[in-house]
Amino acid sequence: MKANLFQLTSQSFQAHHFVREMENHAAGAYTSFEGWVRNHNEGKDVASLEYEAYPDLALKEGCRILAEALEKFDIIDSRCIHRTGHLQIGEIAVWVGTTAKHREEAFTACRYIIDEVKSRVPIWKKEHYADGDSGWVKCEHCASHIHRH
Amino acid sequence: MKNIHLQYFAILREFRGQNEDSWETTAATAGDLYEELKTEFKFPLTQKQIRVAINGEFSAMDSLLKTGDEVVYIPPVAGG
Repeated sequence: MKANLFQLTSQSFQAHHFVREMENHAAGAYTSFEGWVRNHNEGKDVASLEYEAYPDLALKEGCRILAEALEKFDIIDSRCIHRTGHLQIGEIAVWVGTTAKHREEAFTACRYIIDEVKSRVPIWKKEHYADGDSGWVKCEHCASHIHRH
Repeated sequence: MKNIHLQYFAILREFRGQNEDSWETTAATAGDLYEELKTEFKFPLTQKQIRVAINGEFSAMDSLLKTGDEVVYIPPVAGG
């Protein structure tokens, strides 16, 4: 049976727990992607990040993406965990894992999943800068006018 | 008049100053309702920059609204 699992968590996590769940003797390849909280963006020093999700739709859309990956690529399993809440520099914001018979499909599916998650799943990121300012990524530039609170 | 349940996230939640609303409106479509809220709460995003979910599914901005609908306007996403 092909498992299918997209999760949101407000807790800090390490990927190895989820990797164990994917162990499968038919798999010759496991690939993963981890997104980490970086200390800078677009020339500004970032102190921390906040992720907010619309949980109902985020889980549905995330599961749809994993199902698409199983459909499109010859993989055995795929998982994705995304953090919510306030994250510090260096924490894992998102983890994607894929297993397959061979590495090429595992790599391709992993790339597909993270790209689709970033562009489709209703999760938003607010950067808190070292200078005390903050801003919603991808929203501040397109906003016609921003009122600072 | 119809009653719509609204949930707000991210930048729109901050502009609204709360997470949800029970909103009485005569707006026919999701897009019409967004324009009403945009004017009321000075939302900084245009209709073209956002998406809408009705009753937990992505929907078109010209979808007709009915009483009891749960509507969420979705600012540009930035997961990962």
